[in-house]
Amino acid sequence: MKVLLKYREVWLLAAIVVLIGLISMRFPGFANPANLRQVFNDTSILMILALGQMVVILTRSIDLSMASNLCFTGMVVAMLNAAHPAIPIPLLIFITLLVGLVLGAINGLLVWRLNIPSIVVTLGTLTIYRGATFVISGGAWVNADQMSPDFIGLQRAAFLGTPVLSWIAILVIALFFLLMTRTALGRSIYAIGVNPTASVYAGIDVGRTKFIVFCISGMAAGLCGYLWISRYVIASVEVANGYELNIIAACVIGGISIAGGIGSVGGAVLGALFLGIISNALPVINISPFWQMAISGSAIILAVVLNARGERRQGRIILKKAEAA
Amino acid sequence: MTDTPAPRHIPDRLDKPFSSAIFSWEALLVAVAVAIFAVNSFASPYFLDAWSLSDLTFNFTEKALIAFAMALLIISGEIDLSVAAIIALASTMMGMAVQAGAGTPVLVAIGILVGLGCGAFNGLLVTRLGLPSIVVTIGTMSVFRGIAFIILGDQAYKGYPSSFAFFGQGYVWWVVSFELALFLVAAVIYWFLLHRTSFGRRVFAIGNNPVAAQFSGVRVGRVKFILFCLTGLMAGIASVLITSRLGSTRPSIAQGYELEVITMVVLGGVSILGGAGSILGVVLAAFIMGLVTFGLGLLNVPGIVMSIFIGLLLIIVIALPIVWRRVRRERFT
Repeated sequence: MKVLLKYREVWLLAAIVVLIGLISMRFPGFANPANLRQVFNDTSILMILALGQMVVILTRSIDLSMASNLCFTGMVVAMLNAAHPAIPIPLLIFITLLVGLVLGAINGLLVWRLNIPSIVVTLGTLTIYRGATFVISGGAWVNADQMSPDFIGLQRAAFLGTPVLSWIAILVIALFFLLMTRTALGRSIYAIGVNPTASVYAGIDVGRTKFIVFCISGMAAGLCGYLWISRYVIASVEVANGYELNIIAACVIGGISIAGGIGSVGGAVLGALFLGIISNALPVINISPFWQMAISGSAIILAVVLNARGERRQGRIILKKAEAA
Repeated sequence: MTDTPAPRHIPDRLDKPFSSAIFSWEALLVAVAVAIFAVNSFASPYFLDAWSLSDLTFNFTEKALIAFAMALLIISGEIDLSVAAIIALASTMMGMAVQAGAGTPVLVAIGILVGLGCGAFNGLLVTRLGLPSIVVTIGTMSVFRGIAFIILGDQAYKGYPSSFAFFGQGYVWWVVSFELALFLVAAVIYWFLLHRTSFGRRVFAIGNNPVAAQFSGVRVGRVKFILFCLTGLMAGIASVLITSRLGSTRPSIAQGYELEVITMVVLGGVSILGGAGSILGVVLAAFIMGLVTFGLGLLNVPGIVMSIFIGLLLIIVIALPIVWRRVRRERFT
């Protein structure tokens, strides 16, 4: 039991259970399995994005361009689908992954080859990718009636009683879990976050690994490009505008340290679920959706305060008096 | 009294050779600015006009005011992503005051004080609890703007007194708007603060090595707290200007400004890792961003396409010196 309590994921899970309990007091139907499955499905996209962001944050970097990447790749596949409805959906998913990968690789190359801080690179590409979406679409929207039924229907199709979108999320979670716990790359990602200098001496190519994590986050964003567009059945320049900060918020609530090296797949998933539950619960318990922003903001601050204990990594204070000053 | 030796003059920084002045960041920015200016004046006949150029300044003055304080904050190794949300909250509070019948002086005071209060809140969380500022301010960003949304919902505040319009729309002298005048005054004040006072030296010291600064007797926490307050204060002032210019408040006001302000600061040569930067660079970056958006606007380029140019400019200007250094090193070794 004591061992369990050490994991912050356990605390977060407990917080989520309490949250669901509180919501059920106002609206008993919330906790029934069918509804919770709906909440999971609603949060699938955020979970995938948070996982992509997680591997980047673990290496002490950040990817602010994910939402713009999502917007661009979503527009690409939506336009392809509108122009050539015959292109099979699996090929479109491959294209969305590929385009996302390329956009992520651009970030990664700039970080790796030119050593520009990732926050600067992705701040730049954030505006560039969204601007590029406008350029390829000419500012026009792709509407539901221009998309093929398969394009929209795939993620809604039920498999074993659960929509395909949820299955995709589960698959991605499993892949990330294997990556982080069963591969050398996963170990390197943690190592770089904990101590980049020591990682170099341990024979890890820090730059190349950072390049790879940006490719991963790019692919995650690309996949979500298709999922987002086919879910909300509209592709425009405004898609997921400002969503990059929601993704980071999910990671932070999930206990992923912005200083790198600390965090887990379970944390990212639970962090996303926490935000998903709040946004799903507010309408049913009759709280104006305008409260959502302030509530998730408070959750972020609370999460940081709680997570900060025990991960202080400041210089060792030798003179106690100097600290007091 | 015995003879005391004359205090040895220790230069604050070494004299730079002329060549390094030519290749300095600021020189690069000036070159970029001149190039953009020249291209613009060729591309559009409407560009070289005193009133056009005066209109141009409205594109950046509000953001630049925040960028000055943000530059100091980033040099000290922290960041504030909540500035745009502070603008929204301060503007909402001013709107509430208008509904209650407040006059212009009260409105200005409310805008500035709300900004200062929000900045102090960020500063307390970061310095007292020792939390990473990037995460704290992502949180407070949602909280501040969230409060504005709770108060306003999908409504808007209007009906600001006509005397209030001066701050965002008035002119001090000929084509010099109040906003531009304030921008210039703030530039001088922040230049003095960062480059000519011991406070400024402390900011650099903290950014280069916070632990060493602490042991050298710099009150790191207090300096950072002051910087967060300053950033909030400037956001409050910007809020007064924007609200006055638009004449209305919506909770979505100034959305996305935080990233533009940070782009301005980074473009101005301030190291995002802390410890280096200059106010002159930020001033130049503000002009460059204003020139690009305004020039492209005259050519009927949509705003979103302009943002591509800003993004490219940011990456290219950061990458250029790195590539340049690498090429030179390869030539000499």
